[in-house]
Amino acid sequence: MEEDIQFSLNGKKANISVEGGRSLLSVLRKEFGLTGTKYGCGEGHCGACTVLIDNKAIRSCTRTMEEVAGREVITIEGLAGGKDLHPLQKAFIKHDATQCGFCTPGMVLAAYSLLRENPTPTESEIIYAMDDNLCRCGSYKRIIQAIQTAAEEMKGG
Amino acid sequence: MKDNNNVQEARGGFLLNRRDFIKLTGSGILVFFTVGDIDVLAQQRGFGSDYPTDFNAYLRIGEDGRVTCFSAKIEMGQGVITSLAQMLAEELDVELTSVDMVMGDTSLCPYDFATVGSRSTKYFGPPLRKAAAEARAVLIQLAAESLNVNPDRLYSENGVIRDREDPGMKIPYGQLAKGKRIERHLKEGEVAIKHYSRHRISGKATLRTDSMEKVIGKAKFAGDISLPGMLYARILRPPSHSARVTKADVSAAKKITGAIIIEEKDLVAALHEIPEEAEKALGQIKAEYEIPEKDLDNKNIFEYLEKNAPQGQMVTQKGDIDSGRKQAAVSIKSRFLNHYVAHAAIETHTAVAAVEKDEVKIWSSTQSPFMVRSSVARALGFPPEKVRVFPVHVGGGFGGKTTNLETVEAARLAKLTGRPVQVAYTRKEEFFYDAFRPAAVVKAESGLDKEGKIIYWNFEILFAGTRSSEPIYDIPHQQVLAMGGGFGQESIHPFNTGAWRGPGSNTNVYAMESQTDIMAQAAGIDPLSFRMKNLVDERMKRVLKAAADKFGHSFTKGPSGKGVGIACTDYLGTYVATMAKVKVDKENGGVRVERIVCAQDMGEIINPQGAMLQIEGGIAMAISAALSEEVRFRGGSVLTENFDSYDITRFSGAPQIDVVLIDNNDMAPQGCGEPACTTVGAVLANAVCDAIGVRLYELPMTQERIKKVIMKG
Repeated sequence: MEEDIQFSLNGKKANISVEGGRSLLSVLRKEFGLTGTKYGCGEGHCGACTVLIDNKAIRSCTRTMEEVAGREVITIEGLAGGKDLHPLQKAFIKHDATQCGFCTPGMVLAAYSLLRENPTPTESEIIYAMDDNLCRCGSYKRIIQAIQTAAEEMKGG
Repeated sequence: MKDNNNVQEARGGFLLNRRDFIKLTGSGILVFFTVGDIDVLAQQRGFGSDYPTDFNAYLRIGEDGRVTCFSAKIEMGQGVITSLAQMLAEELDVELTSVDMVMGDTSLCPYDFATVGSRSTKYFGPPLRKAAAEARAVLIQLAAESLNVNPDRLYSENGVIRDREDPGMKIPYGQLAKGKRIERHLKEGEVAIKHYSRHRISGKATLRTDSMEKVIGKAKFAGDISLPGMLYARILRPPSHSARVTKADVSAAKKITGAIIIEEKDLVAALHEIPEEAEKALGQIKAEYEIPEKDLDNKNIFEYLEKNAPQGQMVTQKGDIDSGRKQAAVSIKSRFLNHYVAHAAIETHTAVAAVEKDEVKIWSSTQSPFMVRSSVARALGFPPEKVRVFPVHVGGGFGGKTTNLETVEAARLAKLTGRPVQVAYTRKEEFFYDAFRPAAVVKAESGLDKEGKIIYWNFEILFAGTRSSEPIYDIPHQQVLAMGGGFGQESIHPFNTGAWRGPGSNTNVYAMESQTDIMAQAAGIDPLSFRMKNLVDERMKRVLKAAADKFGHSFTKGPSGKGVGIACTDYLGTYVATMAKVKVDKENGGVRVERIVCAQDMGEIINPQGAMLQIEGGIAMAISAALSEEVRFRGGSVLTENFDSYDITRFSGAPQIDVVLIDNNDMAPQGCGEPACTTVGAVLANAVCDAIGVRLYELPMTQERIKKVIMKG
């Protein structure tokens, strides 16, 4: 049964009538056209579908719309909040941390969530926090460098 | 300006009529280039395709001064979108930012077989350079006519033509192209290109040109294309590759509001405007199957392959193996095994298709847009020129996106429903339909003389194919026999097999360089000196030495207990030497790769930054292929369904990787995407053996397998 679900999406109020059991991933992509969030495995193993819910990195493929009601969702399209680029996005470019780019949005958002909780992570803290985000192209080393650079730039807010 | 009217006659897939072509390409200066190099053509034909003989590169300089390169190569992360643009910008004397790459659009780009085999820079790059050099000559000629001066006075720089005798004068390229349509159609050998010593864009480390759209989520992949009225399809899949549907009851599925159920021959699908509803409808389809299963699994597959190996193809034969055997002081026989591995790109196979009145539009996660075009045309009964495959980003290929069943399915369903259709594989479907790297067996036999020189080498390769299988060492008596190809034509495997990043070479180099290490141990010589002693190829020696210098380890006779290993190869002209340091937990058998050094000589390097990325990435990918990746199956049923049971390298498994790029600009550019990864199985096998003192003859070297050989001693 369809229900009205209100939540905040990329800083704006969102209101939608959908089946409450649908996944956030599917609704973001299909109903809101926010295709930066990707399907990779559908079971929360790979992290390609990572979004921020109340500033925490969450797998949108296993999150239902019911669970999202009243929450604050940020996708890759909304990360910079109207500015050009978030420091993480800049750092990913600077370090060539993308190859095919399919896992990139999820990587950037997982890194955002990490830096919010721990603004000065060590390399092993980065590895631990990011370990469930998979990149088949193998850009791991560059992604770690990008996160370190962004952390440096974001120092002091 | 010959061949001015030949565009519509161009074969090999470029079948637009002239009016459409002019409309699509607009005005400006266009240069088409013919690759006439017999060797190159022969190699490409050898790859299994009728490569066109007319042209395979063209570019346009528009009125706005922008330069567009049209290529049916595709970008899947490997970075040719940047390196090809660098080659073009260099030769045409424009900034890199003035170049637009149009890739993989079958209506705009000349025919190309597929983006595979680390071939884009090697084969597409040279004609592109010549096309650009010719365009520059045209611009100078036009400027000379417009200024009424001798063209010898003029030169190009940063998108303008300048006059040596009038330093204030400059004419932008765009101005010269204005209101004109000039076509040049060239043959090989007519154009001179710049010497690398004059390069300022090519050869310089350059960041990817497509990162911006990727980091903001705007890069469009096939699944990101949404068309009005589009339906999401979920297709009935058999439980096994050997299963046949005997009955499918779709009555319950049809009751779901808005669901469209299609049953056409082998294709049973549920479609809906909402993806979850399509899934729900699929779940309501009750099917019965007949499953004549072969008794095959991960355990008995190798025996089965050996029993069913077809007649061989001799890869190399020199000297006489029997007399080699007689002269040998030591002979060693080994049998190396390699399991099926999946491509496991993070983007699953995905396609969107729309069948309109007289045109089929396709967006596909493919490495081979023209193959997609012909298979869609065949399936729908359309002429190929009425099928247009549009360019999209591809979320990782690694060889796996050269087969695109999903695109044909989307096209068939679009035709049957009269609406645009998306087919996006679930991860389970992705594992099921993947064309796995074939399981393979290599039977190796070789011997040493008293001085520690390899005297004979006798290899039998079963189902890995021939690539990289010729010995790199100086061996008087050698023979390599390959039985069964590595490209999946065999019906022998219980499911699809195909090319996996460095096809065949992964298995071959694993066996060859493991056997080499075993011989070094038997000779009582350290693995580096042993290789140096047996190499005569100076280029390979230089690469090996460069890796050793960077690695900074003084090798001793193995097994040394230190966990270090070496492997080298010649991958289609690119030379690689890799060294690794590992740590093995002797209690649980777990391997930690601590450091990898990789030296690579790929001839002239176009983008050193991109090359490093490819080498690092290939190594990261190949580490899990060597340590943990193994597709589980029973008969034609694929038991591996998702990443929880298929462990690919993650952050914690990626070691420090030091890359050494060998300076060899005098050699034409070779390939880069695949070579490094093909050494990883061997280098880790050798390092693990060096650490624990026992050898594993089977990849992947899982924790359990390592633990088992440690316990056995």
